[in-house]
Amino acid sequence: MAEIVLDKVTKRYPDGALAVSDVDITIADGEFIILVGPSGCGKSTTLNMIAGLEDITDGELRIDGQRVNERAPKDRDIAMVFQSYALYPHMSVRENMAFPLRLAHVDKETINRKVEDAARILDLGQHLDRKPGNLSGGQRQRVAMGRAIVRDPKAFLMDEPLSNLDAKLRVQMRTSVAKLQRRLGTTTVYVTHDQTEAMTLGDRVVVMRGGLVQQIGSPQALYDQPVNLFVAGFIGSPSMNFLPATLADGQLNTPLGAVPLTDRIRRLAEAAKAPREVIVGLRPEHFEDAELLDDTERARGVTFTATVEVLESMGSDKFAYFLVEGETATSAELDTLAAETGSTEMTDSGPQIVTRLSAASAAHEGAELDVWFDPDKLHLFDPGDGRTLTHVK
Amino acid sequence: MKAITEGKKAERRLGLWLCAPAALVMVAVTAYPIIYSVWLSLQRYDLRFPAEREFVGLENYVTVLTNSYWWSAFGVTTLITVISVVIELVLGMALALVMHRTLVARGLIRTVALIPYGIVTVVAAFSWRYAWDDNTGYLAQLFAPDAAPLTQRASALGIIVLAEVWKTVPFMALLLMAGLALVPEDLLKAASMDGAGPWQRFTKVMLPVMKPAILVALLFRTLDAFRIFDNIFVLTSGAQQTGSVSMQTYNNLIRGLNLGIGSTMSVLIFIAVAAIAFLFVKVFGAAAPGNDGGKR
Ligand SMILES: Nc1ncnc2c1ncn2[C@@H]1O[C@H](COP(=O)(O)OP(=O)(O)O)[C@@H](O)[C@H]1O
Ligand SMILES: [Mg+2]
Repeated sequence: MAEIVLDKVTKRYPDGALAVSDVDITIADGEFIILVGPSGCGKSTTLNMIAGLEDITDGELRIDGQRVNERAPKDRDIAMVFQSYALYPHMSVRENMAFPLRLAHVDKETINRKVEDAARILDLGQHLDRKPGNLSGGQRQRVAMGRAIVRDPKAFLMDEPLSNLDAKLRVQMRTSVAKLQRRLGTTTVYVTHDQTEAMTLGDRVVVMRGGLVQQIGSPQALYDQPVNLFVAGFIGSPSMNFLPATLADGQLNTPLGAVPLTDRIRRLAEAAKAPREVIVGLRPEHFEDAELLDDTERARGVTFTATVEVLESMGSDKFAYFLVEGETATSAELDTLAAETGSTEMTDSGPQIVTRLSAASAAHEGAELDVWFDPDKLHLFDPGDGRTLTHVK
Repeated sequence: MKAITEGKKAERRLGLWLCAPAALVMVAVTAYPIIYSVWLSLQRYDLRFPAEREFVGLENYVTVLTNSYWWSAFGVTTLITVISVVIELVLGMALALVMHRTLVARGLIRTVALIPYGIVTVVAAFSWRYAWDDNTGYLAQLFAPDAAPLTQRASALGIIVLAEVWKTVPFMALLLMAGLALVPEDLLKAASMDGAGPWQRFTKVMLPVMKPAILVALLFRTLDAFRIFDNIFVLTSGAQQTGSVSMQTYNNLIRGLNLGIGSTMSVLIFIAVAAIAFLFVKVFGAAAPGNDGGKR
């Protein structure tokens, strides 16, 4: 059990690369915190600094109030699970899990008991005497977890522990990891590049980009109140739609037509000193097929008509893609987001919009559809620096 | 045995055919001389007395195996082999670790380290001989003004081992470095996290994971060292009982022109070498690097 504090932690690699800069995170005792961000944003580096596998260039790392910058990994009492699992190939499952205990000179009986306990929790009982090479991916992953939990360490660090599993197993293991963490109540720092994993697992999520922390908050807070374009685009699936817009006379001129500003949004935008040119963000799930709404609801929102380019029926709902006339939103922030998340759909004819409609929608490809959205749900961003203009204080 | 499908059978037949040319060449260049040596070893055949040539069965083997010079040479060979291979393993591992870890001028360091291995053994042996010679030897003079280490058995053997080690440590290091590359970085990180210090990481993780590569390196070097000839030939010519079994064979076969006894000795060396290889492969389970024995 431990509180972990990163105080202006910076990492510069010997080759001069600045991998992490000025990271401030306070991880409460027992908390499950997720570091998420695109590949290369410094998640692993941050984790390795907490582990002691990488030196901290600048700043301070405290565990339970004590500075541990100079402590060797083995003196930090932290366990780590690697993406590659890093199981010792020459040892059986039992020996793998017992290894940290043996190094700590725990007596044989206690080792046996702890290994058996861990094996029971992780459902590895019948595999204890097998070599890792003979196990399936999921089993290896559980052995790696087992090796971490037998020690009852102050904290768990996990670096993309599920990324080598197939999609279905990953979802299953996600649930078991969450359950296990709740059951043990051990402070856990979990690294992933997958925003779904981040949203479903953590108490709090730290979104990183280019070595900088973008936002720290609960999954819901990140979804509802992204502080900038990057977080807005990174969190949520499918991603938020971004459109260029002009603020004038209490309304927004967008490629979808004029959108009246609700009182709430107007106040927020004024408080944030919004410029004239802005970027509007609309989440796919905040659209609906206008046909399915009653008149009062329709009147509350904005309706536009567009042709369905592509329709993906998921059973539970339908994803409809539209091309809209007009400009594509441009911002340096959006460009890096697209580059870093690898979404490079270039459309010459105008911005593309993804909407998530009810399964009951009669939309079909090539046909026009009346689409409705709630203007109170929109986000505004400054195209210059990407900051949000609709931040609730 | 499980039934083999038709496809598998065809595959095997193709495999055999593909191996055939190589196998033929092997038979021509190795099997034939070996069989001919065995044939010669069963005869009394001394080129000085060609008329006395006759088939004597295992008599030559009895002669050699009851001869104290043979056993002395065998003992010397084993001693040199064991001591030099052990030292080579330790130094080779140290060198491999250094070369594996260096980040700067990696290529240069590796090339420099390999120089001794690139020098012809006889040339290297001569430089060692001059260094330890009782008149010219600059190293010999370091110990005493009139030291003659090459003329005393223990010191001569020491110098032979030194020359052998100096020459082959780079080769050992190269083989071991291939093994080091097989140890994933994550494994060592995991061991650090599990509480292992540097020595424990080395003995409990690195060495076991590298075991196949170490065995191969040891096998190569042991086979090589057991046949030691050139260093001894140049340094002492086998004087003061420093001759190896290969020296003895040479003395009988080439100098003594005794084809029967000489062939018997080479067959015995062949058997010893085969036994060493068998020991490594079957008992320790040596396999090619990267191949974990196929059974684990
Ligand atoms: N050993 C290293 N030496 C130099 N640069 C490194 C090293 N490890 C990582 N980096 C750089 O640091 C940045 C962050 O890497 P990393 O923490 O591994 O990212 P992530 O885990 O988020 O994908 C990357 O730009 C990467 O190229
Ligand atoms: Mg990483």
